Amino acid sequence: MNYRGILAIYKFEMGRTLRTVGQSIASPVISTVLYFIVFGSAIGSRMQAIDGVPYGAFIVPGLVMLTVLGQSVSNASFGIYFPRFTGTIYEILSAPLSFIEIVLGYVGAAATKSVIIGTIVLATAGFFVPLHITHPLWMVFFLVMTCITFSMLGFIIGIWADGFEKLQLIPLLVITPLTFLGGSFYSINMLPPFWHQVSLANPVVYLVSGFRWSFFEKGDVSLETSVIMLLTFNALALAIIGWIFKTGYRLRK
Amino acid sequence: MISDHTNAIAIAGLNKTYETGFHALDNINLEIKRGEIFALLGPNGAGKTTLINAVCGIVRPTSGTITVAGYDIITQYRQARSTLGLVPQELTTDAFESVWNTVTFSRGLFGKPRSPAYVEDVLKRMSLWDKKDEQIRRLSGGMKRRVMIAKALSHEPEILFLDEPSAGVDVELRKSMWAQVRSLSETGVTIILTTHYIEEAQEMANRVGVINKGKLILTEDKNTLLRKMGKRHMVFALRDPVSVIPMELSAYPLTLEDDGSKLVLAYNDQDDNDISEVLDHLKSSGIRPRDIYSRQSSLEDIFIQLVEA
Ligand SMILES: Nc1ncnc2c1ncn2[C@@H]1O[C@H](COP(=O)(O)OP(=O)(O)O)[C@@H](O)[C@H]1O
Ligand SMILES: [Mg+2]
Repeated sequence: MNYRGILAIYKFEMGRTLRTVGQSIASPVISTVLYFIVFGSAIGSRMQAIDGVPYGAFIVPGLVMLTVLGQSVSNASFGIYFPRFTGTIYEILSAPLSFIEIVLGYVGAAATKSVIIGTIVLATAGFFVPLHITHPLWMVFFLVMTCITFSMLGFIIGIWADGFEKLQLIPLLVITPLTFLGGSFYSINMLPPFWHQVSLANPVVYLVSGFRWSFFEKGDVSLETSVIMLLTFNALALAIIGWIFKTGYRLRK
Repeated sequence: MISDHTNAIAIAGLNKTYETGFHALDNINLEIKRGEIFALLGPNGAGKTTLINAVCGIVRPTSGTITVAGYDIITQYRQARSTLGLVPQELTTDAFESVWNTVTFSRGLFGKPRSPAYVEDVLKRMSLWDKKDEQIRRLSGGMKRRVMIAKALSHEPEILFLDEPSAGVDVELRKSMWAQVRSLSETGVTIILTTHYIEEAQEMANRVGVINKGKLILTEDKNTLLRKMGKRHMVFALRDPVSVIPMELSAYPLTLEDDGSKLVLAYNDQDDNDISEVLDHLKSSGIRPRDIYSRQSSLEDIFIQLVEA
């Protein structure tokens, strides 16, 4: 393993984040506050508890997921797209690094940043509603694995994209709708049977459900299902990345 | 596998067809010895960058094998790439990084332990030491080029590729770059440079390869090439210009230059007795040379002959 190479990429990416640390943190914090003002206080006060959980607290896990999914995808996709765009990728490609090592560097950094931001969002939420996390270890597991999986997805998008428009298209057209429809702000059990079935095809449902379970011991699907689905997505993303490096898709001409 | 000690690079049967169907490299066979300065010479679009990128792992060969320091670039890519440093043709740098950080980053990428002393040495050699904390975007083009060389040297490569090192670089900087490359070569680094400036190859290289339309037309020791291909010219500068070449000299490959004030004889090393015969004839026809000197054709002339052939 070229550990120093992995560390070099990781530190480079973290350094890039640190240069814009203000905006990296400000925007998720501001949107969390806004969500709480609108959903938590204004609307939430008139909503009945879901599965015995007050609405303000109910949306916390969903909100954290909403943020980290978006952050993971955009950080990781930008992280690998940018050197492709400027041409500095030549150095990564000519270095003695395996694809696993390159992925560890880029995805590791993007996931780290997302975990940090997710934690900040969680802390911000703590100002609005009392936080109670029943299974902290499961909470960390879901948070970290989700950040890793979606950073891998972001990495794939960053390699696939051949322009800045495409880089923003997927998050806008796919990730945002999936997270909003994935039960971030409601339980999919509240949906009519047909839409409930449709929702089960949405991968985000399993992430939000598992994550929420770690807080309240209540989820839309069972814990086992959430874990299996999460690991499946992770393996799928890894397989696609493996294929990318094997074929040189969009990387090696 | 035991590292091959004579060849820095060995390329056999290398072909590259891009996705567009363009056949950029056509059955390239090339061996470059350790310690050489090898110049790959060819017009734009000849395939020089493609060849370098194939060795460095940026372009995937369609067929053929490449070994670097005896290591196969596909199956032993780690060992192979560890020995290579690449300075690409385009100036591609991270605008917001400092010079120090970007060079340290390169060293890390190649798996070398941190060594501030070595990085300092490289930056000093590249005359970048006083710019070490500067963001790269604030540097001039020439400095950026040196930053890229420093990055390539950061991991102590045995083999250095310079792809068009003097593209867009002014004459003075080019001269100082040549001096730096020479001193690198003296430390034992094998240097492969591509250029379409013949002057550069002539100035720097021990050996020259000429590539055109994806085919390696020849590889030759520079001096051998000059001797073999280079026609010599004997120039007879005349006291009194002549308007026509005298009849008795018509059998010789003579031309008039400078309004008849110079009579120029083309000859090869093999038939040097022409010169004395021409001299005799000149004397007998009353033409008196003021000066006699020989002129050698440059790589440029040779190159044009080769590419147009
Ligand atoms: N990625 C690519 N896809 C298709 N054709 C390419 C690609 N890169 C280079 N070429 C073509 O291959 C030929 C050789 O290019 P290159 O190796 O850059 O030449 P040189 O460096 O000698 O100027 C050119 O005709 C160029 O247009
Ligand atoms: Mg080129």
